[in-house]
Amino acid sequence: MVDATLSQVEVARPAGKRSSLRRTIERKSTIAFFMALPLIVLITLLVVYPALYSMHLATLNKSMERFVGFGNFLFLFKRETFWKVVQQSCIFAITAVVFKAIIGFVVAHFVHNIPAKGQRKWRGMLLVPWVIPPAMSCLAWLWLFDPSYSAFNWVLGHLGIGPIPWTGDAHWARFSVILVNIWIGAPFFMIMYLAALKSVPDQLYEAAAIDGANWWQRTCYITLPMMRNIIAITALFSLIVTFANFDIVQILTAGGPIDMTHVFATWSFRLGIQGNDIPLGAAVSLFMVPILAVAAIFILRDITRRGSEV
Amino acid sequence: MAEVRLRKVVKRFDDVEAVRGIDLDIADHEFVVLVGPSGCGKSTTLRMVAGLEDISDGEVLIGGDVVNDVPPKDRDIAMVFQNYALYPHMTVFQNMSFGLRLKHYPKAEIKKRVDEAARILDIAELLDRKPKQLSGGQRQRVAMGRAIVRNPKVFLFDEPLSNLDAKLRVAMRTEIKKVHQQVRTTTIYVTHDQVEAMTLADRVVVMNNGRIEQIGTPNQLYHTPETRFVAGFIGSPAMNFIPCQLEERAGALSIRLTDSLAFPVPEAKASRYRGRAANGSMLLGLRPEHITEAHGHLEPGAVPFEARLEVTEPMGMETLVYFGVNGAQVCGRVNPNSGAREGAALRLAANLNNMHLIDEATGRVI
Repeated sequence: MVDATLSQVEVARPAGKRSSLRRTIERKSTIAFFMALPLIVLITLLVVYPALYSMHLATLNKSMERFVGFGNFLFLFKRETFWKVVQQSCIFAITAVVFKAIIGFVVAHFVHNIPAKGQRKWRGMLLVPWVIPPAMSCLAWLWLFDPSYSAFNWVLGHLGIGPIPWTGDAHWARFSVILVNIWIGAPFFMIMYLAALKSVPDQLYEAAAIDGANWWQRTCYITLPMMRNIIAITALFSLIVTFANFDIVQILTAGGPIDMTHVFATWSFRLGIQGNDIPLGAAVSLFMVPILAVAAIFILRDITRRGSEV
Repeated sequence: MAEVRLRKVVKRFDDVEAVRGIDLDIADHEFVVLVGPSGCGKSTTLRMVAGLEDISDGEVLIGGDVVNDVPPKDRDIAMVFQNYALYPHMTVFQNMSFGLRLKHYPKAEIKKRVDEAARILDIAELLDRKPKQLSGGQRQRVAMGRAIVRNPKVFLFDEPLSNLDAKLRVAMRTEIKKVHQQVRTTTIYVTHDQVEAMTLADRVVVMNNGRIEQIGTPNQLYHTPETRFVAGFIGSPAMNFIPCQLEERAGALSIRLTDSLAFPVPEAKASRYRGRAANGSMLLGLRPEHITEAHGHLEPGAVPFEARLEVTEPMGMETLVYFGVNGAQVCGRVNPNSGAREGAALRLAANLNNMHLIDEATGRVI
């Protein structure tokens, strides 16, 4: 009754419209929107605008004067190199992410079991590959991969192996770019998995130990299920970054030999910037979107489903 | 099922000795509660029995076998943890059957055991739910269910009720007692709550500072504590301790509390205290229920005295009254209709047949 009377009074008030505007402004969601506005503007300028602009570019002809619709895309479908790049990008990203995940998981376990005193030191050292700017570390790797004077081939030579054409042979070049990507990216997995490991309550392991689980069973039935969301999110994040990788491939092989190590970003750069066909380069880069979107949908759907369980 | 024996068990964490040479025999089917304040070593003792902590010295025997170097999974024990430690990604059924599945029990046998445990604990309708969908009490039941299905030699409970609210704690206490009456498995239960200890245990082990202070039935601990610590720890409100002197004049013993207040020692207790008058400073231990309002007709052993009440706490069925004697705050329990008022004087009676005399130097009850 009291509520009804109050609302009648409010309706009767002449300044009703004004007060509703004030209520809207004072609403939490409105305040939140205004507080997030600087970031929204920044994202719009740096992400949304370039994305839309590249979509626009992809529909133009080489001289960017005429609208060709899906012409660039249809042209790409007919080129063998394009399909090679698709294949190489997938192999590069999936292999690198799988190995980064495995190495990260194993190293995280080792670090987790180091007594707290020395753990920080190890954590810091293991993060070094990830915190060094990739351009710098890639140059170091380039020296290591040098066919004639590199440390790798020198050591292998003493063992009676080699010399190996690390970046000269198509297969070895693929191996090399993936190896460097793993070296740079594995610490990120390690630190994420270490955080996840630390968040698993010790009592779950104790309960499992009493239930009769050995180390392997504890890992399979407790650790992995408890870390699944972190594993999935880290893998997705890394998949996106690895798929779009540019610097490692560009510095080590520049896509060669004979386009065998090109990924989307380097080939897009080759066509768009070096080949002076910006619309075609934009079309190549846009191909990453549907592939990553499918992966993201599957992984995020799984996380959402499990998120409500645990 | 089996008996559990601890022989001079010691646990050291670096330089700190958390458990200092404990001897304890727990019979088959017995429900023993380890009780004591935080840091007294009770949980560490339990974890050593479970195999979750290494034993620094001494021996733990389960069913006659020394298990010092036996891993937890081979000790045939089940443990209920304070925060339940349910696997959050598994359903109640999977949680309860996890141990059996690891041991490759046949599916039919697993189902039979889980159903039986679920029936005992009244959680049959929860078997498909995840722990997140359960209330605190239900989670506690599932944790117990996980222990029951294994049909272990020994149940270990590590403060299992401390995460529950007061009302649920009382209900679950009864539940645990009922379950033990049905399954009769040897049980070691750790708690810091003396009420839980008293209500659940066949025998209570009171621990303090890494040592056992006293082992006994709840009644023994309550009525014949051996140390000041046990006397003060068991019972709520706690026993009153009043500094006093034991005087012996012409063969008659009396307890002198102040210059103007002395209680004659009743005949039943006199023989026990004779010859101790020269012991020096002592403490008179008297439980609050043994200080009541003085009636016209006094019970044998009851001595009347007058006290000025400082605080009164009406509890409904009784009123707690607080007053000072010889620098100590003393609590008594009086009838709500006794007219007890803060600041007013009340004639009380102390029943000295239930008194305890404690040597202040040693802390032991004489």
